[in-house]
Amino acid sequence: MSLILDKINYYYGKGTAFESKALKNISLSIPDGEFIGLIGHTGSGKSTLIQHMNGLIKADSGNIYYNGQDICDKDFKMTELRRKVGLVFQYPEHQLFESTVIKDVLFGPKNIGLSQLEAEVAAYGALRSVGFSDDLIDASPFELSGGQKRRVAIAGVLAMSPEILILDEPTAGLDPAGRTEILSLLKTIKDEKGITVILVSHSMEDVAEFAERIIVIDDGEIKFDDEPRKVFSHAEELRKMGLEIPQCTELMSRLADAGFNVDRTCLTVDEAVASILRSAGRGE
Amino acid sequence: MVNFDKVTFEYIRRDEEGNVESINKALNEVDLDVKKGDFIAILGANGSGKSTLARHINALLTPTEGTVFISEMDTKEEKNLLKIRQKTGMVFQNPDNQIIAGLVEEDVGFGPENIGVPTKEIWERVAFALEKVGMTAYREKSPNNLSGGQKQRVAIAGILAMKPECIVLDEPTAMLDPKGRREVIETITELNKKEGITIILITHYMTEVVGADKVYVMSEGNIKMFGTPRQIFKEVERLKKYKLDVPQVTEIAYRLRQNGLNIPECILTVDEFMQCVTG
Repeated sequence: MSLILDKINYYYGKGTAFESKALKNISLSIPDGEFIGLIGHTGSGKSTLIQHMNGLIKADSGNIYYNGQDICDKDFKMTELRRKVGLVFQYPEHQLFESTVIKDVLFGPKNIGLSQLEAEVAAYGALRSVGFSDDLIDASPFELSGGQKRRVAIAGVLAMSPEILILDEPTAGLDPAGRTEILSLLKTIKDEKGITVILVSHSMEDVAEFAERIIVIDDGEIKFDDEPRKVFSHAEELRKMGLEIPQCTELMSRLADAGFNVDRTCLTVDEAVASILRSAGRGE
Repeated sequence: MVNFDKVTFEYIRRDEEGNVESINKALNEVDLDVKKGDFIAILGANGSGKSTLARHINALLTPTEGTVFISEMDTKEEKNLLKIRQKTGMVFQNPDNQIIAGLVEEDVGFGPENIGVPTKEIWERVAFALEKVGMTAYREKSPNNLSGGQKQRVAIAGILAMKPECIVLDEPTAMLDPKGRREVIETITELNKKEGITIILITHYMTEVVGADKVYVMSEGNIKMFGTPRQIFKEVERLKKYKLDVPQVTEIAYRLRQNGLNIPECILTVDEFMQCVTG
């Protein structure tokens, strides 16, 4: 499958005195099986953009093509798009509502018309994908820890078998171990199912480590759309947009500036350690 | 300023008939002593008891056993509540849940008005508080149009207007972008240094605590480690056991040192790292 956004424009409060342009001429191609990081400061247009991707917001101009078909065509099935592009909102655990974990995860698949059996297969599969232990599936979702609740909420979207999974800050408020768990999980899901994961994040360290492609949005416009190494080489521009580069990348570029023979584009602690050791003539 | 004496707090779950189903000790004999003017940080995994502890500081919760004293006032005594809540303000994670008025200045003035401060003094306090958080220019703006970092600074100003001695911040930066995070941390650092306000910061971002005077690490309702950031972040492996981490630069330095490179123990910032390699 593929999702193509072609010259999308969107205004807030169109036709009123408060009209302001939220998205400006956004063109993007989202293929299968990519791990994409979407970054930008608060109010840059990230959330508006992801809501266009599953038809929650309709663009004022421009077209969105799902598998070649314009999603605004009269005979286009919007429910199909909503099913294939799964959206996990911020703090998704606030949306859990059923009395047991399994009922909560079953809600989505049943709602799109799957039989009880099909829905159960999907729900159990999804809970397994997020590493949720079987003995808790009849517990109330409200008794779980923050990290577990979040897994249940993600499973609820996964149970609809999306081909693109978009998550708005899935690690906000989690401890460092919980962050790493959720992100590694997303990577595994992406690798195993071949789906595309779009991660909206304010943590530069997280997108640097996990994303294969980073889209930077600022003031409703796409400023960068490239591999992480290239995006994070623009430290100054990113800071002007209220963003940052990962701390290890900052360290490496300052070491390189000071004349050390190290790779200034390192994105992770592992890479940085290896590069410094190489330059010092030692292997790890 | 803030004293915890063997504080235990139990969340008790009851069934429909009111019989006790289970007891969960969120805090287990916690001792804490925060001096006036300290900047302390509390780290800990989700569910380790950090927020429960924070809620004891301004008497939103009171201990099941043990005592919490705020400037020698027992939080269990009803008559102390107003004073305690004036002395210790709280900032929470989500800025949108803490803004109540239609204009920034009204939001900041809400607290003092509520406790009957004379009008003239309310406006003086509002002006002072907004200046301290660098939001004077937004005084007559609607809070809705502010960024996350600006909203949190307005929330901090609202507390400042109450003339507090202590501000407790429970993950104030969890929902903010990098610039907003920096703004909030710079603001509270300055309030601590210049106004002498006691700061208690709870966070999951390790880089935010390197400037604290003391760091407490919580796990399973207990304080497991406590010391300066340098003493705490030295223990990379132990922190990971508590589901925590160290700043990236600290981990890089730690691993280089393990591999025999001549790097001092426990580097906390990029600047420190650069200083020790360039001399």
